[in-house]
Amino acid sequence: MDVLTIQNLKKNFGSKKVLCGLDLSVPEHSIFGFIGRNGAGKTTTMKAILGLLKPDSGEIFCLGEKVCAGQTRTNRHIGYLPDVPEFYSYMTAPEYLNLCGETCEMDRSDIKTRSKELLELVGLGQETHRIKGFSRGMKQRLGIAQALLHRPKLLICDEPTSALDPAGRKEILDILLAVKEQTTVLFSTHILSDVERICTEAAFLNEGKIAVQGTISELRNMRLSEGFVVETAQAEDTKRLMQAFDKFQQTEQNTLVFHGGEEHFFTVMQYIAENKIPVQKMEQLEPTLESLFLEVTK
Amino acid sequence: MKPLLAFMKKEFLETVRTSKFIILLLLFLSFGIMNPAIAKLQPWMMEMFADTIAESGLTVTNIQVNAMTSWTQFFKNTPIALIAFVLIYSDIFTKEYNSGTLLLILTKGLSRYKVVLAKTMLMLSLWTLGYWICFAVTYGYNAYFWDNSIADNLFFASAIRWLFGVWIICLIVLFSSLLRNNAGVSLCVGGTAILAYLLSLLPKVQAYTPMMLMDANSLLAGVSETGTYIKAIVITSVLGVACIAASIPVMNKKPL
Repeated sequence: MDVLTIQNLKKNFGSKKVLCGLDLSVPEHSIFGFIGRNGAGKTTTMKAILGLLKPDSGEIFCLGEKVCAGQTRTNRHIGYLPDVPEFYSYMTAPEYLNLCGETCEMDRSDIKTRSKELLELVGLGQETHRIKGFSRGMKQRLGIAQALLHRPKLLICDEPTSALDPAGRKEILDILLAVKEQTTVLFSTHILSDVERICTEAAFLNEGKIAVQGTISELRNMRLSEGFVVETAQAEDTKRLMQAFDKFQQTEQNTLVFHGGEEHFFTVMQYIAENKIPVQKMEQLEPTLESLFLEVTK
Repeated sequence: MKPLLAFMKKEFLETVRTSKFIILLLLFLSFGIMNPAIAKLQPWMMEMFADTIAESGLTVTNIQVNAMTSWTQFFKNTPIALIAFVLIYSDIFTKEYNSGTLLLILTKGLSRYKVVLAKTMLMLSLWTLGYWICFAVTYGYNAYFWDNSIADNLFFASAIRWLFGVWIICLIVLFSSLLRNNAGVSLCVGGTAILAYLLSLLPKVQAYTPMMLMDANSLLAGVSETGTYIKAIVITSVLGVACIAASIPVMNKKPL
């Protein structure tokens, strides 16, 4: 079942076309990476899902319920974490979660237990200071806690890791992995290593449309191997190989990269074996999301 | 109902923790004390300047100070308090748009009209509290020093002045739903008040404008009847409700 379905979503800001017929479906219990360059329209799409922005045309369904801009009924299914979450700085973290809980009409006792549980999960259980003194990473973690408070079926995170240092990024990604059982996660990013680390599915947004969508392995397989690397022991051997095969490119002193299909791999291997060339390393280049990203956003 | 109460609780907490409440309280209290104090100091000040005044050919003889002097000060000072109130609360919505704090609460499912209602109620209750504290302090001192009964229609004149403040607050809400920065909100509220003032200069329209509610002196002196203010009271109330009603659909369409 799909938690979120978007059909033919269009949005212009003045003469600038941001979304031009975006279609997307997010299956239940996936961690869905929503990838695109800066300014590709990721935040616009997310705001439209949350009813914060009125699209020019197209429809959005959250758990089968239609999203109406300006109204927030469907948001009871959604938890949202903006890229830079802003809180009421004069409150403490539990006070803020209490406000969120009361806004969602949760029971008083439920708010208390759930807040405690989530603050422990995000590592803010012992924090008694007001939000004013929180670091960016702490705010991001509190952002996740508030987004998960009402047990949403869909958690939307807008570039949750892009403003954080490596330690902060790891913490956020670990939390997202940990909540996978409870909810479906849709997160936008342009950091591809994050997608490869935690996502089960991903979609590439380019020029206001979804260029490619699929599971991570499907996406990887879309690009066949790009070639292979040969590292020789001696410098003269690299020269010999380059003379024999003109498709070799020298990247380092003893390292050659061959751009081409798999059949060449065996030809080169055979040549190396016949000529007894000592080789330190020979490996296939792994297809990466990065190369796919660069290809679809060309 | 629960989300509305929760958001109102947050508004009150904000006003207390950001020191706005204490600033307002001190402002209204000091105005309340200042009104009789200025009246009390008036003979002394006149004596100080007697020589200068004498040079221009006037002689200061017997200066009569009574509760009327203090009430005149009260009605002179309340517009200043109202301007301060507008300046303090002109950012009540815009700060939330610009910082993005409202975004998270709205995505929790809070209806936008509840945001409008909660903020309106906060401002109305603070204005009511502050204004009547100021009134009570002045009234208390006046009763102690002089006699309040000298001022005719005192409560009526004060109530319509309070209503004028309510209308101004409704304008803050309307312009806050339309604009994104607090300077714009203050300017538009001020501009609308000036427009109402200009309209009140036209004799035919005067009785219908909210500015009519600012006319306290003739009421205190017993020159004008309370009945002549009914039209302005009704129109101001209708305008106030209309401002709030209009700001809800505007707020619903506002991209955040």
